[in-house]
Amino acid sequence: MSSAAAIAVEQPESFAFSPENRARAERIVAKYPPGRQASAVLPLLDLAQRQSDNWLPRAAMDHVAEFLSMPRIRVYEVATFYTMFNKTPVGKHFVQICTTTPCWLRGSADLVHACERKLGISMGETTPDNQFTVIEAECLGACVNAPMVQIGDHYYEDLDGPGMEALLDALARGEVPAPGSQIGRSTSCSVKGPTTLLHVPKRQASEPEAAPAAEPDLATAAADDAAATVDAGAGVETAGADIGTETADSGESGSPKTKPRSRARAKSKTDAGTAD
Amino acid sequence: MPKLTIDGMPIEVEPGTSVLQACEMLGVEVPRFCYHDRLSVAANCRMCLVEMEKAPKPVASCAMPCSEGMVIKTNSPLARNARRGVMEFLLINHPLDCPICDQGGECDLQDQAMAYGFDRGRYGETKRAVKDKELGPLIKTVMTRCIHCTRCIRFAEEIAGVPELGATGRGEHMEVGTYIEQAITSELSGNLVDVCPVGALTSKPYAFSARPWELRKAESIDVLDAVGSNIRIDLRGGEVLRVLPRLNDDVNEEWISDKTRYACDGLKRQRLDRPFIRRDGKLKPASWNEAFAAIAARLKGVPGERIAALAGDLCDAEAMVALKDLMAGLGSPNLDCRQDGAAFDTSCRAGYLFNSTIAGIEKADVILLVGTDPRHEAPLVNARIRKRYRRGGLQVGVIGPGVDLTYPTTYLGAGPPTLQEIAEGRHDFAAKLKAAKHPLLILGAGALARPDGLAVQAAARLVAESCGLIRDGWNGYNVLQLAAARVGGLDLGFLPGTDGRGTRGILDGAGKGEIEVVFLLGADEIDASRLGQAFVIYQGHHGDRGAHRADVVLPGAAYTEKNGTYVNTEGRPQQGRRANFPPGEAREDWTILRALSEVLGCKLPYDSLAQIRQRLVDANPVFAHTDAVIAAAWGSFGQPGSLDGPPFKSPIENFYMTDPISRASVTMAQCAEAFVSPATGKTGTHG
Amino acid sequence: MLRDEDRIFTNLFGFESFSLEAARARGDWDQTPELIAKGREWIISEVKDSGLRGRGGAGFSAGLKWSFMPKKTDGGPVYLVVNADEGEPGTCKDRDILRHEPHKLLEGCLYAGVAIGATACYIYVRGEFYDEAANVQRAIDEAYEAGLLGKNACGTGYDYDIYLHRGAGAYICGEETALIESLEGKKGQPRNKPPFPAQAGLYSRPTTVNNVETIAQVPEILRRGATWFANLGRPKNTGTKLFCISGHVNHPCNVEEVMGIPLRELIDRHCGGVRGGWDNLLAVIPGGSSTPLLPRTVCDTVLMDFDSLREAGSGLGTAAVIVMDKSTDIVEAIARLSRFYAHESCGQCTPCREGTGWLMRVMNRLVKGNARLEEIDMLQEVTKQIEGHTICALGDAAAWPVQGLIRHFRPELERRILAYRSARRVAA
Repeated sequence: MSSAAAIAVEQPESFAFSPENRARAERIVAKYPPGRQASAVLPLLDLAQRQSDNWLPRAAMDHVAEFLSMPRIRVYEVATFYTMFNKTPVGKHFVQICTTTPCWLRGSADLVHACERKLGISMGETTPDNQFTVIEAECLGACVNAPMVQIGDHYYEDLDGPGMEALLDALARGEVPAPGSQIGRSTSCSVKGPTTLLHVPKRQASEPEAAPAAEPDLATAAADDAAATVDAGAGVETAGADIGTETADSGESGSPKTKPRSRARAKSKTDAGTAD
Repeated sequence: MPKLTIDGMPIEVEPGTSVLQACEMLGVEVPRFCYHDRLSVAANCRMCLVEMEKAPKPVASCAMPCSEGMVIKTNSPLARNARRGVMEFLLINHPLDCPICDQGGECDLQDQAMAYGFDRGRYGETKRAVKDKELGPLIKTVMTRCIHCTRCIRFAEEIAGVPELGATGRGEHMEVGTYIEQAITSELSGNLVDVCPVGALTSKPYAFSARPWELRKAESIDVLDAVGSNIRIDLRGGEVLRVLPRLNDDVNEEWISDKTRYACDGLKRQRLDRPFIRRDGKLKPASWNEAFAAIAARLKGVPGERIAALAGDLCDAEAMVALKDLMAGLGSPNLDCRQDGAAFDTSCRAGYLFNSTIAGIEKADVILLVGTDPRHEAPLVNARIRKRYRRGGLQVGVIGPGVDLTYPTTYLGAGPPTLQEIAEGRHDFAAKLKAAKHPLLILGAGALARPDGLAVQAAARLVAESCGLIRDGWNGYNVLQLAAARVGGLDLGFLPGTDGRGTRGILDGAGKGEIEVVFLLGADEIDASRLGQAFVIYQGHHGDRGAHRADVVLPGAAYTEKNGTYVNTEGRPQQGRRANFPPGEAREDWTILRALSEVLGCKLPYDSLAQIRQRLVDANPVFAHTDAVIAAAWGSFGQPGSLDGPPFKSPIENFYMTDPISRASVTMAQCAEAFVSPATGKTGTHG
Repeated sequence: MLRDEDRIFTNLFGFESFSLEAARARGDWDQTPELIAKGREWIISEVKDSGLRGRGGAGFSAGLKWSFMPKKTDGGPVYLVVNADEGEPGTCKDRDILRHEPHKLLEGCLYAGVAIGATACYIYVRGEFYDEAANVQRAIDEAYEAGLLGKNACGTGYDYDIYLHRGAGAYICGEETALIESLEGKKGQPRNKPPFPAQAGLYSRPTTVNNVETIAQVPEILRRGATWFANLGRPKNTGTKLFCISGHVNHPCNVEEVMGIPLRELIDRHCGGVRGGWDNLLAVIPGGSSTPLLPRTVCDTVLMDFDSLREAGSGLGTAAVIVMDKSTDIVEAIARLSRFYAHESCGQCTPCREGTGWLMRVMNRLVKGNARLEEIDMLQEVTKQIEGHTICALGDAAAWPVQGLIRHFRPELERRILAYRSARRVAA
């Protein structure tokens, strides 16, 4: 997109991190050595975007520039270089259809057509009710589960035209479909079940292990239900950790529903952070 | 010291030398676009690819350090094919608009396409079009022509210290610009035009003016500040069309300030092209004879002590020595070349010079700025400090105005008391200076023009002496002069003689009627209302403040129109060369004075440029050493006194309008409007 | 076929939890202090002897790479950076390690850190892998809580921090110096080399950048010994490898197999064969989008390792096998990759910035046959003008698929051009 087009949209006058996000931003900056705070520009722009309905107004870039003591132009360069930063507003459900060759070979064009038909918009457009924006994306790295789409933060895999439409319907109804394979596959394992790892010998630790630390307490991530605890259908566990990105609002746009599971849900304790 | 072979020729180079630099040493031409001697290496254009034995691929010679035993081929089939390929890629999206491009005739892309390109294009797809950017009154953009070499981005960030340019987007959609429309807030921005190898950034005021092959070029010296930037004046017919920098590593490297470059349109406006005599309160055109006669009539019988002369900021040394000699002939001891009223001690030459030299700044590790804003008083001195800063390990302390200088500074205090604390060793910064290898102090001319200038000068000397700024082979005491004429005037002793009056005394005397005749040689920065009833002779080139007050106007030559000697703030005499003739009846200044002296009956003893130049050398031997800096001996100067005056401030409130030429320039007026915020009068560098 | 007991990634599909407890039950973090106590030189020599070659695509010896790091430093920081910016079309192997085996990665980071004398480690995960990054962060938190990382990691006296860093959508950041630039908060534009990261990498400090899979294989290599790994596969192409088989196979999947497994066996055994049978195979892109495609005839016999595929005129790359059956519009398949590279070119250097767009446009016309026959040779020349002339390998990666297409499917290109012309003539 040309800078002119990006600037043409109506820009909010100002932006500032919410107190929670400011605290998060400070924790993120602490990951990098003193004087190297510019390293935090990607996570901070991500944070700012999450606070701004999934797009990045210029004021937000300026705020991040100031926060990190960077020249503004360096932040503009970064924000326009990486595709995950939206320089113009997007719909509530931001649907990215991977159409690169591996997905294309398995029918990503059907997903494109399904979206265009269902939503009445072309690629790159937003529905008039601001519910959906659909774009074509380059390889999202889930090629053995092709074709697939990313909606918000999550991947929906092994789709076809009808499956895509069903997904859009569910979203339109306000549901939050479970991410992962939409045909019940266990992640990247063959749909017919594993051909390997059928007889994995349990290797016991040679020494008794130190008892794990006490169950980590539930911090912000769970409080705002932003942590994605995903069950992809085959006992796969994905624990949400606050990776310095969630905002209090992100739960609103829909965290995936968690299917009941036997194992205790993993919880996260800290942001990104670490040593402390 | 690695030894390598380039095109069969052996060469030994300093470690760290790039292959491209080694090629240059051997006179082997390697084409390039992104590489620039004074900027960081980007190696993005790929035009300088050469073959390196044992390397599977051609290497970018600009980024490849020489190493022992390398064998480089710059003209092998591999290298030639690589270059031709790059050339084709550069051209596929470059518009074929050379006939309407101002860079035409001096375009690296054009030249190299001739040398290395195909004779036809194979690219049949739609070419890229890029929206132009608005970068302010000086720089015109045609961004479709941009080849993304990033020289401008690197110049802005590295040299100018204003990181406002960048490349946004990516791939073939990458665009160079500011992202948000804004002018480049730098007083060095015109250099962007020079560093741009194509016609993407061109000079806005010069747009569509001329083709380079139509121009006559004259090498000269800039007079719009005291740096003495080396310039090239480009003219068509008698008209100055543009001013460009000329390489001088000791002075301006290859940069010039925007005022130096763009004020030249002021040479065409408000010019004094004939003599005038005030009749009935109005200046009326007159002949030279009438003007001289009017002066002779008024001077008749006036004793020398009731006559005075002031020399302005743009004067050549030849004119000043002629006027000085004329005043001696008239018996007047009342003369001064410091129209700002400064009354510092001139007995010791080192006391008013930039002793460490501009290039010497690069040695400094601790710098103390006193009452100066080098960014606007001498942008190239400031660029040199920034250059030093970028190498790392530089501390800069500031006493005076807290301005953005493009490098980090430590603010120490606002006024003279802080200077005194350092001089007396009561301030932390004194220890820093003492511990430094090459400590350096820069005293602003504005700090010397104050009533307490003598005491400030003495305190600065005390800092220099007590903090180890003066040592064998190093003199870290520097005065940053503002006016091109100033050091020349001081070196010539264009100063009050015995019992003579200085600038303040002259103005006071004129106001009280004790001075009857005042000769202003290009002196436009004085408060003319204080001249009272005095008969004012103004000799100069612009109808500015001085001419407006004058009773007789003698039209002189601007700096492009005369052979003149100027001594820069370092004490470096340099000679500007006449590029064109003064307009109308105006004449070179020393010849006017020579002619007038005959009418006044005290004929000056020189009839040629060679003779008056000899007179300069007689007046001060430094004039014999053109282009060189003769180190000035250290001595005692200044006069200790009370240092409780008000805070320092820079005398430059509007960088773009400091003298009769820049005040007459439309371009400078546009800059002032764009960059100088009305609220403060300071150049707006904070957006 | 690889025996299950020789597989490293025993939780590849996430049948079990990725948690520390479960990872330990699988044998992770076992004997860590003892292995660290054997010292830097031992780790490097074990990894060298194992023959482990970088799993990110270039296939450079991991141990050798580590040995380039300065042995003595000025005491300042030294960094390990893990390249988890997986984005090469066809490739989705690191994703499984990140989400299902993060502790193998972290443990490997610790050994690699010891081997290169690192003071800290950054794991750069592509931004779109949000859930995967969450798992890695969770594993990092667990490891800190258990004293495995941080001050006095595993009680060894070694202070070592690991940080997660998320990217934001740029394939080029998979290039190691672009990744470093990105980690420094800049655009992901590759750097000129020299200097190499081992001399001046992250924050101008000595740095090693390794792929996720490479690092995650290290703990098992150290525990079981270099010989175990070196005896798997073929000489110079040793060990196990994660393969991603996508496209027109009956059951696409990821699988850990021995290096040098025949391509056909890989597809038949793990993916239920090519859609419509082996005879329905048109071509295979064997190592991610940048590797030139292999026609059916080569696929019959080729072995899946670095040297075998190089001899076949392609490469192992990331071992991402993209299978195309005879229904595939092969020109469009490659044209889509040309579009990918044009989209992902960082724009920094001329041949890639200008050349990838040119390739894309000509390829798009060739899909329909809207071109002149001479343009095939021109296209080949343009790829040669890009290849080898750029700062990083993205230019090469853009050139190779097109070169592979011309090499193996030139008759198809010519057929399309002629058909397009005759159709136009008929219409006219």
